[in-house]
Amino acid sequence: MSDVAASVKKIVVEHLGVDEAKVVDSASFIDDLGADSLDTVELVMAFEEEFGVEIPDDAAEKILTVKDAISFIEESSK
Amino acid sequence: MRRVVITGLGLVTPLGDGVEHNWSRLLNSESGIKAIDSFDVSDLPAKIAGVVEEGEGGGGLFNPSAYLEPKEQRKIDRFILFGVAAADQAVRDSGWMPEDEESQDRTGVLIGSGIGGLTSISETEDLIRERGPRRISPFFIPAALINLISGHVSIRFRFRGPNHAVVTACATGAHAIGDAARLIMLDDADVMVAGGAEAAVCRLGIAGFSAARALSTGFNDAPETASRPWDDGRDGFVMGEGGGCVVLEEYEHAKRRGAKIYAEVTGYGMSGDAHHITAPAADGNGGFRAMKAALKRANLATDQIDYINAHGTSTPLGDMIELGAVKRLMGDDLGGASMSSTKSAVGHLLGAAGAVEAIYSVLAIRDSMLPPTLNLESPSENVGPVDLVPLKAKERKIKHALSNSFGFGGTNASLIFSAVD
Repeated sequence: MSDVAASVKKIVVEHLGVDEAKVVDSASFIDDLGADSLDTVELVMAFEEEFGVEIPDDAAEKILTVKDAISFIEESSK
Repeated sequence: MRRVVITGLGLVTPLGDGVEHNWSRLLNSESGIKAIDSFDVSDLPAKIAGVVEEGEGGGGLFNPSAYLEPKEQRKIDRFILFGVAAADQAVRDSGWMPEDEESQDRTGVLIGSGIGGLTSISETEDLIRERGPRRISPFFIPAALINLISGHVSIRFRFRGPNHAVVTACATGAHAIGDAARLIMLDDADVMVAGGAEAAVCRLGIAGFSAARALSTGFNDAPETASRPWDDGRDGFVMGEGGGCVVLEEYEHAKRRGAKIYAEVTGYGMSGDAHHITAPAADGNGGFRAMKAALKRANLATDQIDYINAHGTSTPLGDMIELGAVKRLMGDDLGGASMSSTKSAVGHLLGAAGAVEAIYSVLAIRDSMLPPTLNLESPSENVGPVDLVPLKAKERKIKHALSNSFGFGGTNASLIFSAVD
């Protein structure tokens, strides 16, 4: 697992209070991990904070799964 | 009109987490007021408060995680945490957790707060100034809104009846209980969870009430002696934090399900001073009329009241004005009634005070015990021949108890609770 992937998963576990084993790449924040729309806003803020990136609203709307988040952050950190 | 009884109690106060723990410490003349150590008070005139002490659980220490998971705690202000905790205790005590939709539809929530999420507002203002609007949590607004205690409690227990909140400063808790009882009387609901919560012990809260010259400042070195209603040395109120909630229930509904009945809500009276934004009118007319209206509603004569839980905040003006109003209503010796201020032990819980004191009044009826007025060592000259239950609790059979709450803006509420045979 890349450093980014590990950090993203750690943030998801902490913010959503879910079991680490559930936070797989394909997991949807809302459908699989019990997040609501406010939780996802907060998650995106936590990613911005952790990785020092800015995630615009239109990009944030497309981050639906753990993999989406990892990919976006890896892309924008290049 | 339908009769309304109390079937559940819940308390989080500076005397601890849980009703029985609170009550035994109160009867034991213990104080929950101490030096503030959670924020800088070096430049504040008042450096003490009634603070809810946290711990891992047991011994009456408040453990937030016993009520909400850590990830949920991050989404709410402390006043909501206290409100949810007190409501949770009250609901479990009542045993009313219906699974069927019809019962859930007939159960409502009416819990208020005087100020709401002051700490959240203050901290978020720091954040927006230092780091800009993009760092504001999506949970900031729902964390700070006063009616969100009622929201959280309804979601927690699926109570889908009337969902409401009261904001009347220091009379909030009393108005919440009185108004919720009326909703049951008028058949809008069969069961209501009602009360108040407050968590304004923060720099902004202490500084604000200090600026209004409302707080005690002369006892920073001896916190437990600072709240001293009717004592000659009193110099202002001591702020407290916490929550109190009751479960109110239509009498036949409670009897049918074999619920434990603590007392009946027999009287509720309200008035406005129409005088000043923070100071009570010198003649105590507002409080007088609230008490009179409550007695009328309860259909009781003044000499039938055994115990009065006073608003009694320990301010130089307010204490004697209230006592004057009670004397005018009940006679110079209060018709033999006893009166005490439990704020002497927990401080002034603002929007939670009326609910917390209603619960202490109900427990006084249950156990035939008068809670004491701590620190009442040398009563003010014109107190006269009145039993203010100084220093020590004592036994007394109580059939009817009256609880007063007065708030900034000149708002007054009196509740009467009666033993149910």
